[in-house]
Amino acid sequence: MHADRLRLLAAFALALWMILPTIPLVVWSVARGWRYPDLLPQGWSLKAWSFALSGKSGVLESLALTTGIASAVTVLAALIGVPAGRALGLYRFRGKGLVTLFLLAPAVLPGIAIAFGLHGVFLRLGLAGTVTGVMLAHLIPVLPYMTLVMAAVFSRFDPDIEAQARLLGATPWQTFRCVTLPAILPGLMTAALFAFLVSWSQYVLTLAIGGGRVQTLPLVLFSFAGAGRNDITAAIALLYILPGLAVLILTARQVTGRGAALSGGLRQWPR
Amino acid sequence: MAALTLSGLTKRYGGTSQAALHRLDLSIASGSLTALLGPSGSGKTTTMKLIAGLIAPDAGDIRLGGRSIRDLAPERRGVAMVFQNPLLFPHLTVAGNVGFGLRMRGLPADRIASSVALMLSRVRLTGLGDRRPGQLSGGQQQRTALARALILRPDVLLLDEPLSNLDPSLRDEMRQLIRELHSETGITTLVVTHDQTEAVALADHVALLLDGRLAQAGPPETFYQRPATQAVARFFGGVNFIPGTARAGVFDSALGPLRLPAGIAEGAGLLTIRPEALRFGPGPNPLIARVEGVTFLGTQSRIDLLAGGVRLQALTDPDAASDLVRGSDVAVTLPPQALWVLPSAP
Repeated sequence: MHADRLRLLAAFALALWMILPTIPLVVWSVARGWRYPDLLPQGWSLKAWSFALSGKSGVLESLALTTGIASAVTVLAALIGVPAGRALGLYRFRGKGLVTLFLLAPAVLPGIAIAFGLHGVFLRLGLAGTVTGVMLAHLIPVLPYMTLVMAAVFSRFDPDIEAQARLLGATPWQTFRCVTLPAILPGLMTAALFAFLVSWSQYVLTLAIGGGRVQTLPLVLFSFAGAGRNDITAAIALLYILPGLAVLILTARQVTGRGAALSGGLRQWPR
Repeated sequence: MAALTLSGLTKRYGGTSQAALHRLDLSIASGSLTALLGPSGSGKTTTMKLIAGLIAPDAGDIRLGGRSIRDLAPERRGVAMVFQNPLLFPHLTVAGNVGFGLRMRGLPADRIASSVALMLSRVRLTGLGDRRPGQLSGGQQQRTALARALILRPDVLLLDEPLSNLDPSLRDEMRQLIRELHSETGITTLVVTHDQTEAVALADHVALLLDGRLAQAGPPETFYQRPATQAVARFFGGVNFIPGTARAGVFDSALGPLRLPAGIAEGAGLLTIRPEALRFGPGPNPLIARVEGVTFLGTQSRIDLLAGGVRLQALTDPDAASDLVRGSDVAVTLPPQALWVLPSAP
């Protein structure tokens, strides 16, 4: 009983922690003139929203581009990270610690430290200023998350179950689709969520490699923030949060392994 | 239905000079129930993995019904295998697990469902088809795994230590079920085990591997009555080995001349008699032995004896052992039909 109440309290605190910072954003996005030290704006307006959602601002276009890049980066990272994580999780080999360190390095190093060197290389390869270039650059910070999460998943995976499937007549592809994939899916969804969000929130690498020609949402957001348009910035910021939130809700079931995590915390568990 | 023939099968694991399996020649008759027996490290698991196609041999061939399956992928060999762990697919129901192989073959769902229902009844799991593997007992999981392999009607069924993960009370039931299903289906079955009592109780035919080599193959009784080497005899619980020479139906040793059964090769060798074949009291081949110790083992008692400087061990029922006193002399006979001579150890 006591533990239940405590859990409820914790859930509320967590919800507030996430929701509170967005309240000023909501207010800003519909404010008309809001000066210090007023508690509330002088008036209300939907001008910022109608501008942000109009074709003129380029926000919707950028939203689509950012979603596309993050999705593609996630898929690419999975294609590389699942086999790599499998090797790290299942097998012992010489230099495994070193490989893990190298994999982890991009997650530890700040993006800005590699961004400009990388720009030089990408320029020579003709990838600078292209969407492809930006996607490849995003893979640098994304891959460690994907690979390390998958390594953890595979370290608890019994490869004998794949041999078993083969000895029941399954081809390698059938084995992957019908046996391996269902087993690693919860972990893969977690890793994909990380991958998507890491790509989604890239600023420095996108700016450095895209050279301003690949306008993802964080770049658009910063340019309006830099121009002092707090109302439009707030509207874009809210849009910027949405896909991440949607992905979180969609994958919450896989990530927690039970019901939707977001509503679950506030509900009483049966049994 | 097909015979399985292994010829010159050799497997060496990375970097080691000692072969895990050395030139194994073995024929497994079509429709037989054969036990591949050996202690850990004897190469039995390697042999099974080679037949299954999970590893590739360094030399030799594997033929199934006349065609070589050596280079085929595991799923194309017509070999199904049940691992020591049931390895049920946790995301599928019991019925989903049993129907897995048929689904991989692309059979229509209704035909799979009817085959699965039939198979579940054969392994006495009717009504449990909707359960998840985690909701089954160990014995039920093992039976599900067996059903999942048998439903495919493979040319060869491999069972890896099928009884070792079960409670002793369930072993009899599972052994019975395996024998029953084997005689119903006639599928060539190879059971891998380290337990010689399990092997003889289960199989019609036993192949014993020691140190990566085939030590002996034949019907279960031959391993007790006519072991090929001292190592084979020891593996099957042989303890009495007396060096000497066989000549004209008589074995000369420190125990004096002992009459042998007919058909034993002449020359130097090791006389062996199983501990349970020694008799107390008068009879042919009599000896006087000193009782060195009596150990109660439950259903039997072990008697340690010393005769003519030779240590002998006898197993007898505890009642008969009760009048044996440590340090006293006792009359023992070595029945000629229970004697066997091994080639002397090199």
